[in-house]
Amino acid sequence: MGESPSRSADARTGGSGVTTSHARPAGAVASAGILTGTPLPTGPEFEPGPGMGGGGALPRRRTFGAERAFRGLSVAAGTMVLVIIIAIAIFLIAKAVPALRANQVNFFTAKEWFANEGRFGIAALAFGTVLTAVIALLVAVPVALGIALYLSHYAPRRIATTLGFLIDLLAAVPSVVFGLWGREVFIDPVNDFAAWLNRYFGWIPFFDSEGPYGRSIMLGSLVLAIMVLPIITSLSREVFAQTPKANEEAALALGATKWETIRTAVLPYGRPGVVAAVMLGLGRALGETIALAMTLGATFGISFNLIGSGGNSIAANIANGFGEASDLGRGALIASGLVLFAITLVVNMTARAIIYRRREFTEVAA
Amino acid sequence: MAKRIEAVGVTAYYGSFKAIEDINLAVEPKTVTALIGPSGCGKSTFLRSINRMHEVLPGARVDGKLTIDDQDIYDPDVDVTAVRRTIGMVFQRPNPFPTMSIFDNVVAGLRLNGVKKKSILAEAAERALRSANLWDEVKDRLGKPGAGLSGGQQQRLCIARTIAVEPQVVLMDEPCSALDPISTLAIEDLMFKLKDRYTIIIVTHNMQQAARVSDRTAFFSIDRTGDPGRLIEYDATQKIFSNPGVKKTEDYITGRFG
Ligand SMILES: Nc1ncnc2c1ncn2[C@@H]1O[C@H](COP(=O)(O)OP(=O)(O)O)[C@@H](O)[C@H]1O
Ligand SMILES: [Mg+2]
Repeated sequence: MGESPSRSADARTGGSGVTTSHARPAGAVASAGILTGTPLPTGPEFEPGPGMGGGGALPRRRTFGAERAFRGLSVAAGTMVLVIIIAIAIFLIAKAVPALRANQVNFFTAKEWFANEGRFGIAALAFGTVLTAVIALLVAVPVALGIALYLSHYAPRRIATTLGFLIDLLAAVPSVVFGLWGREVFIDPVNDFAAWLNRYFGWIPFFDSEGPYGRSIMLGSLVLAIMVLPIITSLSREVFAQTPKANEEAALALGATKWETIRTAVLPYGRPGVVAAVMLGLGRALGETIALAMTLGATFGISFNLIGSGGNSIAANIANGFGEASDLGRGALIASGLVLFAITLVVNMTARAIIYRRREFTEVAA
Repeated sequence: MAKRIEAVGVTAYYGSFKAIEDINLAVEPKTVTALIGPSGCGKSTFLRSINRMHEVLPGARVDGKLTIDDQDIYDPDVDVTAVRRTIGMVFQRPNPFPTMSIFDNVVAGLRLNGVKKKSILAEAAERALRSANLWDEVKDRLGKPGAGLSGGQQQRLCIARTIAVEPQVVLMDEPCSALDPISTLAIEDLMFKLKDRYTIIIVTHNMQQAARVSDRTAFFSIDRTGDPGRLIEYDATQKIFSNPGVKKTEDYITGRFG
């Protein structure tokens, strides 16, 4: 009994009807379209070869065709983008360098901005830019991921659709509207909250301020958090929803609870996409201009005090200062813009590096 | 280790659609039982009812009684995650966790159970991989992604992952249907080996495979599409394939229908 593979039945079961009628296609593995860092396409690298086979002599290579036209078009488009970028860079640097030369204080360490008089430094602005963006993300990311998971794995379909729609709607609100709302409406509850924080948590340096509260790092960061929430939420929801069902079932079949399934199968699978979403949100937060110009106190100090009136950012300072800037002042603002660009670039490259490090595990999964 | 599974009057639904009706069968410990039958007759549905994976789908439910060593699997007081740990499952298409290394895949179930100690995990991983006849092929690259293995290796990895948590019963839903003949043989060999320790229930479309690996065979069928699947005949594999008691079974295994 048992291990003997040859059975009298084999001859009968080997009939062709049995073996062929149940052949199954292997089926394509569900594609996992996650947001990995795809490099910009460079020029096409293949030579169009001869077409599909056929009888007779090989035909001559065609001298003109859609293939070549398209190739020319894409090369031209690629070149144009490059030319535009270089032109912008040259323009910015050409404007910034004379202002930086005329600067009487150290551009990187000074905490003042009297650009028209030739005294300006980026320190306070860069600090405020990074601080507001980081706080905005600290607030927005957990909330966004929570909502995204709720939408992709917990909410009944009707609720998920409605809520998803509302969140996408939030993304469509212009930033100037957020700025106005923050400055006129949101400021009051935030001030009350600031007073409360100071009363009970005043021993933490972040909340050590007797007031006035008004336009502060906290107000700006919270408005920013609301603004980046939709991007992070909808991108994360997409990647969470793309988790292969087979992997979730594998976790469940191992005895995982719903939350354990999410931790085992969904979150790791969505990780590169979530990193990309957070970086997009960070990019938006760093570059956000008008909403911060309207909700920050436009002061020039470096302080971790979040609730006291004050705060500034590079982009907000450009918006506030451009109107009355002289030629020198404009050069100074452009120099600050270059710093902002450098910060964004570093952030993006870091994100790429994070995604790249786990590439081995995400590419084979696709 | 191995436990006995018994189904009494099991009926399963997808919403209002009745997929299987009144299934009665008992599976003895340390045997291999094959479920055969035409596509859509409810073999997978029945298999997934046994470890309560059926109810994961929205609107899906099971009536009747399923027991493991006389304990009711569907008792409201029973922890469903404990049921699934006791009754492991291997799926049709290999589904290692794509973000995890080979090692992490094997110990995923143990980690879910709160095992953290490195030495215990390493030991369990080696034991499971050896049982799954995969250790020699992967021992030098345990840190590499599980999804980078060949299809047959991936399926054995999934088997290792399933048995790493030391279940009593192992369910396999067409585990070889996505694999080449060599990998299929490797998995059939594995089943002979695992039978010493586990109760195994396997769905297969391959008659020779059923004949080769199983002790008992259950033949499921449907009258027409839309009708619920039923258990037509359940007997010793040798009997089913040499001298089936029901005409329908004979028609099916000789390829005259299905
Ligand atoms: N997720 C599902 N939702 C609704 N009906 C399903 C689902 N899965 C299977 N069915 C139906 O249940 C019946 C049995 O399916 P299944 O158990 O997969 O059959 P088998 O595994 O024997 O091929 C079929 O009619 C199938 O269409
Ligand atoms: Mg099936």
